[in-house]
Amino acid sequence: MDFPGNTIIDIRGMSFSRGSRTIFDDINIKVPRGKVTAIMGPSGTGKTTLLKLIGGQLKPDSGEILLEGKNIPRLSRSELFLARERMGMLFQSGALFTDMSVYDNVAFPIRVHTELSEEMIRDVVLMKLNAVGLRGAAQLMPSELSGGMARRVALARAIALDPDIVMYDEPFTGQDPIAMGVLVNLIRRLNQALGHTSIIVSHDIQETLGIADYVYLVADGRVIAEGTPQSLAEVDSDKVRQFIQGLPDGPVPFHYPAPDYLQELLQEAR
Amino acid sequence: MLDRIQRLGHRGLSRLAAYGRAGHILFQSIVARPEPATMFPLLLKQLYFVGVLSLIIIVVSGAFIGMVLGLQGYTILVDYGSEQAVGQMVALSLVRELAPVVTALLFAGRAGSALTAEIGLMKATEQLASLEMIGVDPLRRVIAPRFWAGFISMPLLTMIFAVVGVWGGAIVAVDWLGIYEGSFWANMQHSVDFRDDVLNGVIKSIVFGFVVTWIAVFEGYDCVPTSEGISQATTRTVVYSSLAVLGLDFILTALMFGEL
Amino acid sequence: MRMRTMEISVGFLMLAGFLALVVLALNISGLSLADQTGGYKVYARFENIGGLTPRAKVSLSGVQIGQVTAIRLDPKLLMADVEMEIHSDVDYLSTDSSAQILTAGLLGEQYIGIVPGADEEMLKDGGRIRDTQSALVLEDLIGKFLFNKVSE
Repeated sequence: MDFPGNTIIDIRGMSFSRGSRTIFDDINIKVPRGKVTAIMGPSGTGKTTLLKLIGGQLKPDSGEILLEGKNIPRLSRSELFLARERMGMLFQSGALFTDMSVYDNVAFPIRVHTELSEEMIRDVVLMKLNAVGLRGAAQLMPSELSGGMARRVALARAIALDPDIVMYDEPFTGQDPIAMGVLVNLIRRLNQALGHTSIIVSHDIQETLGIADYVYLVADGRVIAEGTPQSLAEVDSDKVRQFIQGLPDGPVPFHYPAPDYLQELLQEAR
Repeated sequence: MLDRIQRLGHRGLSRLAAYGRAGHILFQSIVARPEPATMFPLLLKQLYFVGVLSLIIIVVSGAFIGMVLGLQGYTILVDYGSEQAVGQMVALSLVRELAPVVTALLFAGRAGSALTAEIGLMKATEQLASLEMIGVDPLRRVIAPRFWAGFISMPLLTMIFAVVGVWGGAIVAVDWLGIYEGSFWANMQHSVDFRDDVLNGVIKSIVFGFVVTWIAVFEGYDCVPTSEGISQATTRTVVYSSLAVLGLDFILTALMFGEL
Repeated sequence: MRMRTMEISVGFLMLAGFLALVVLALNISGLSLADQTGGYKVYARFENIGGLTPRAKVSLSGVQIGQVTAIRLDPKLLMADVEMEIHSDVDYLSTDSSAQILTAGLLGEQYIGIVPGADEEMLKDGGRIRDTQSALVLEDLIGKFLFNKVSE
């Protein structure tokens, strides 16, 4: 599918391998501006790696990653840091700076990139914290937060500079149902309110499909299906059906490759 | 056979690559574009953690080592009737060797391992990646202040160690064993030369500070970001820095005092 | 507030380190600030200096009045030429003073003892002490003693 004139990130023919293991093989992904795009797939397919590639923390072996026409892997170090100012990233673990309070964590990117006075920074930080419902926790240290709260603070930090793109790395893993509901709501609401582009990497099917506008399904280093959540449900492919419906066995086998079970059992005498 | 050679080659190459990364870290964090304004508060904090918090262990060990030297020196020298020279012995062995080396070893165990573990944990919890995504270079923000703190602290700690050690030796020799105070200090002052002994000891400590902190921050930055990887990196920091300190000490001693 | 205690303790560390350097310099290595304010150079030739080294003390009646700054070999006379620096406030050494190399204790360090003379003219910078007595070398002493025994 094409999003004419409205593609903010365009990954073309990108390959990436780690050691001898190929993680992405000639992959093509387009991310529409202002929408919520989900990249889904079984664990271990390098979804987090994809975000790092977009953020320029890793370089692909070949292919292009275009951010509004600029090829990220080819940017100089300073251009790259400039491009990153337009991105916010929510890490899987939250990645709050443990030696700073919640307030300072959210204020950190603002202090680094702007010359705002402390008063204005205060206003912005409280606004962002209010948006994630944690204004009251401003003076706590990250170690005093629950997992869900830490992730919301990290979200506030990720949107502190009003980025054009917010990337979510597995935002729902390890959250209790209430925290999960809060996060799902928050991501959707923030996307609508702030109008930024969201990229969600996840394997939590129901939650992600609930808020995504467009979905890429990645497995074995390739895009195996793409489309809106509705159209994806109708795709006629065993792999896609297995993943979306959460079946234990199918084209993605339950068993790790192993010699024949019976044979191995009989071998034990050796 | 060929497999073994290949494995050897592989190990050599990966070692070489590690040295390359270590050099890169060093260069990026210190040589390239230092920013004193943003770094000062960070440096101050690291000086506190690396320097001030190591002070107690340095003072206590310095005092005990000085006292032991005084006691041992006395029992040996008294056989030759030259127990007056105990001050000279205590001061020379402390200033030239023991203060730089023992301080560096204690520093590696106390501060070096903490640095590695802290940086490794920041890596494991994606704080370093997060800094990078915010557009801040973690080498300059995290590594550089820690490196400088270690580099500055080590000579200070070494000099404190030496002074406390001499003072411990003086307590044992003068107050307990009854060596005449005047000759204790006079002998010491006569034989210890400021440039040859004190400054060379300080130079040693600067070299050790550089190497130990470099190893510590590199192992932390380069570790496998899992709990096992961090524990291994911490162990490596202590082992490698201790070996490096002892090996370098020999080389430096040969260059400074030996007639090679 | 926490920042303040941190700053104070770091300042304390710096101060302690600096003080340690001062103690190392003045108290342990005996680098005295007064040394730089000067003194004057006096030379003396000895036939044998024994174990005398630079930085050995020069004393008058047991009180230190200066130190040895250099030892050279005079190639013509084949004698050791010792350069010493005498504190400038000690300006009452007459030109006919004598210098001898002494040993502190049986195995102690060697130093130069000066015995003033009676001349009215005083030693100046670059002056030379002519009357010298070499170090006592134990082997020579034993040799002489045995020789005397045999000749008796």
